[in-house]
Amino acid sequence: MDVRNGSKTRREILFAAAGLVAAAALPGQRASATTSEVDDLIKAIAGDRTIAEGKIAVDLPSIAENGLVVPLNFSVESPMSAGDYVRSVHIFADGNPNPQVATYSFTPLSPKAAAQLRIRLAKTQTVTVLAVMSNGDVYSAGQEVKVTIGGCGG
Amino acid sequence: MKSKPRVRMPANAKAGEIIEVKTLISHEMESGQRKDANGKIIPRHILNRFTATFNGNEILSAEWHPAISANPYQAFSVRATETGVFVFSWFDDDGSVYRSEHTVTVS
Repeated sequence: MDVRNGSKTRREILFAAAGLVAAAALPGQRASATTSEVDDLIKAIAGDRTIAEGKIAVDLPSIAENGLVVPLNFSVESPMSAGDYVRSVHIFADGNPNPQVATYSFTPLSPKAAAQLRIRLAKTQTVTVLAVMSNGDVYSAGQEVKVTIGGCGG
Repeated sequence: MKSKPRVRMPANAKAGEIIEVKTLISHEMESGQRKDANGKIIPRHILNRFTATFNGNEILSAEWHPAISANPYQAFSVRATETGVFVFSWFDDDGSVYRSEHTVTVS
């Protein structure tokens, strides 16, 4: 039988204490969004369409030492012609106070549905990239980023 | 804090060539989540929109939220179909607009 049975481990106690400190530091303010909030945002864009995997390449570090500046590159496979192009790309971060990061809208004048940017991540979380094609098809890709120093709040 | 955006792109291109554009603009991108020394929330003040046009036609646009890092850097691609003017614009929460124009000569 586990000798620790019934009592919290040291790690659990430390995590609980850290949580209390974090809660005290942010009275009345939301520390982070939730995954269901991201699901709702995705649903608002995709509607009843099935969300497929693939077509999107997301380049994010798996570990970000500084959550204030996290490089994000995305690229969506598409001929980018008048009849077949990527209409929009939506970026969400489920662990930020506001899960919306950016929305890029493309036109057939864009040679590539791709961009490089720098984003803030408040803590370790999953970044989701959603692409909507000109015919209405929706694709999604996600990646977890471990954040050592958070990027929101002071 | 009025600042001039910095844009790096070639001045000449071959017809139909895909050009990579790199942009950088100084802006604190105040998220609205931070507090000052007295515990008061510092109001949000960000660039909320970016657009790129060629001879007046939109190439791409972006809606930005407070999760965009301070001094926003961006890279993307455009195509030079003919000699013309690329205009890049950043829209501030306070209503001001930062603009940068670039003529590309197609040979």
